[in-house]
Amino acid sequence: MSSILQVQNLIKKYDDFTAVKGITFDIKEGEIFSLLGPNGAGKTTTISMLSTLYAPTSGDATIAGHSITKEPMKVRNAIGVVPQDLALYEDLTARENLMFWGQMYGLSGSSLKNRVNEVLGQIGLVDKAKDRVKTYSGGMKRRVNIGVGLLHKPKVLFMDEPTVGIDPQSRRAILDTVKDLNKQGMTVLYTTHYMEEAEELSSRVGIIDHGELIAIGTQKELTKQVGEAETLVLHIGENEDPAALAAAFKGIKEVLEANVIGHEISVITPSAKDVLAAVVTKANERGIKIHSIDIREPNLEAVFLHLTGRALRD
Amino acid sequence: MLKTFLIGIKDLRIAFRDRAALIFMLAAPFALTLGMGLVTGRFNGGSSGLSNIPVVIVNLDHEQLGNTLVELFNSEDLADLVEPTSSADPEAARLLVDDDDAAAAIIIPEGFTRSVIPQAGEQATEAKIEVYANPSRPTSAGVIKAIVDEFISRVDEGSVSGQVSIVKLLRSGRITPQEAQAAGTELTQRLNNDPLDGALAIKLNASTADGEALKFDILAYLAPGMALMFLMYTVSYGGRSILTEKAQGTLPRLLVSPTNSMQILGGKVFGIFLTGAAQMLILIGATTLFFNLKWGDSWGVIVLVLAAVFGATGWGMLITALARTPAQVGSIGSAIMLIFGIMGGSFISIENMPAAVQTFSKITPNAWALNGFTTLGLGGTLADLSTPITALLTMGSILFLASVVLFGKKNLVQK
Ligand SMILES: Nc1ncnc2c1ncn2[C@@H]1O[C@H](COP(=O)(O)OP(=O)(O)OP(=O)(O)O)[C@@H](O)[C@H]1O
Ligand SMILES: [Mg+2]
Repeated sequence: MSSILQVQNLIKKYDDFTAVKGITFDIKEGEIFSLLGPNGAGKTTTISMLSTLYAPTSGDATIAGHSITKEPMKVRNAIGVVPQDLALYEDLTARENLMFWGQMYGLSGSSLKNRVNEVLGQIGLVDKAKDRVKTYSGGMKRRVNIGVGLLHKPKVLFMDEPTVGIDPQSRRAILDTVKDLNKQGMTVLYTTHYMEEAEELSSRVGIIDHGELIAIGTQKELTKQVGEAETLVLHIGENEDPAALAAAFKGIKEVLEANVIGHEISVITPSAKDVLAAVVTKANERGIKIHSIDIREPNLEAVFLHLTGRALRD
Repeated sequence: MLKTFLIGIKDLRIAFRDRAALIFMLAAPFALTLGMGLVTGRFNGGSSGLSNIPVVIVNLDHEQLGNTLVELFNSEDLADLVEPTSSADPEAARLLVDDDDAAAAIIIPEGFTRSVIPQAGEQATEAKIEVYANPSRPTSAGVIKAIVDEFISRVDEGSVSGQVSIVKLLRSGRITPQEAQAAGTELTQRLNNDPLDGALAIKLNASTADGEALKFDILAYLAPGMALMFLMYTVSYGGRSILTEKAQGTLPRLLVSPTNSMQILGGKVFGIFLTGAAQMLILIGATTLFFNLKWGDSWGVIVLVLAAVFGATGWGMLITALARTPAQVGSIGSAIMLIFGIMGGSFISIENMPAAVQTFSKITPNAWALNGFTTLGLGGTLADLSTPITALLTMGSILFLASVVLFGKKNLVQK
């Protein structure tokens, strides 16, 4: 499959601060590509440059054959954008919002009407189409926000953390919509800081941190980086000191890494069952009570931890 | 172009759904007009706000028409409105005006009657009535000028076409159909057979003038004053929506759609303009309907409204270009609304203000537009509005240019 989006060494500086430090990747036609990274990693800044909102400080990207710096108007016609923060007119109804945005994308007449009805169906808001957006729940607003990005059937859809702050049910619906759209042939660039979403949706994942793309590949390729390692997660009491315990874990021979995330200690090891006894002993020696222990298969979270020494979410 | 239009319509729709905005745009000016109308006694047939306007009349004509005009000013109908004095010396009369002892001086030149009604065998000479107006009392002087204009136009109509004049008088209810018939026959006969006997027609016109059109309805001053003050609210509300759209993400979203920034800014401006125009026209409609207020010549009203909204929109854009947040636009906007409202004459006639304020009022769209509405209320037409309309359009254009420059320096994209 050929690339529909190529990013070449994009850099974005806000005054002295470099938010995106030269990232390069490409997205193949028909795939869902996830940019996975914690808060402040530079996901939104990247999307803003790709969608021609911000001019890159340097570097370039081509989308559907058009340069974002030289042919922004052509790029805009090829992309649909679902911004991280809701961007809707709350005093207009869902239908009015969709009609207006459809017009901004050059639709009109009966094709606009038909398309709006189609999209209302897709986002499951046909019944509520006549209500003002301000009366909607967070999840419903998110769906309208997505609907706006779909109106002109873009070749590439940018979705910037579309599930932040909503209930599990709406989240489920949104993830299913993304998969549906992709099945119909839409290429999707999806940003998230939820590892599970990246795992469920994407064919390939780019991990971004502090403005740098620190890993890119299929999930298999990425998890291989952590080797066959497993993750052991210990939950300890609120009043205990996890740092000292984590340091102690590092002294265990089979432990590759031990990191503190709040009241959890995550231990990466080639074999969880072999270190389990030693871990519990260390805790007992210090009189620290373990509430529970989870054993996890290698996942993207572990990859991130492995690469950065930090958790995706803090 | 189309997108600009669509963005404007969208903003109009949003403004008219905002209950708080509707209160300021429509309810407040309407209620204040009503309140001030009650206070001034407009609704129980009390006096009008303008009364006893001092005017000096110099009658050098001493013939029929000149005398008729003097009589008109001394007539019972105008007794409340004007306080005429007479003088024999034009220079002395002008001096009275210069000293602010009179709102205007009317100088009827020698031979005025003959210039209109030539004597047999005599060449018609040109002689025009001069109204020497006091610039610091534009409204009062406007009233005087309107009365004289009305008189002159009747004289002209009388000498050119008796028919038109009669139809007009009939329509405005100033003469009864019976009178009209008689007068019409007489006039037509006169114009056809005896061009020398014009005085009769003039006399008829002047004496049947019941002064109604000349009386100034205080509401014709209050209602536009209030509407214009709250027009300033509307334009800052519209300006604020530019920054609100930035904050709520719809502006960035527009910018990543295939719509260029000029279309977007144009659309926003058009939206402010549309909303302001809708507000003004609704207020005009409502006061006409409920207060039986006559705003005057429809074309004049429409063009003046558009010019006033244009000038005010310029201010809205400038405020927006200077402010950083929507809240700032709101507070600067409210301050300007009040300052312009007061200085622009919405509460107290500009004439009664100190000279410095009168000068300052020239930068307010309120003062210019109010001047125009007063002219219309006194029976003026679009043709009499060239000064306020030119001023408003110039004001709007300068402010637009300034705000485009300021907007260019300001980054509307990034937070
Ligand atoms: N307009 C701006 N001016 C200055 N700094 C900015 C601006 N926008 C973003 N930043 C900074 O750039 C960095 C990257 O921000 P960005 O919004 O791209 O991150 P993100 O990955 O989208 O984070 P999140 O998951 O919180 O949305 C952050 O440190 C942020 O503070
Ligand atoms: Mg973001």
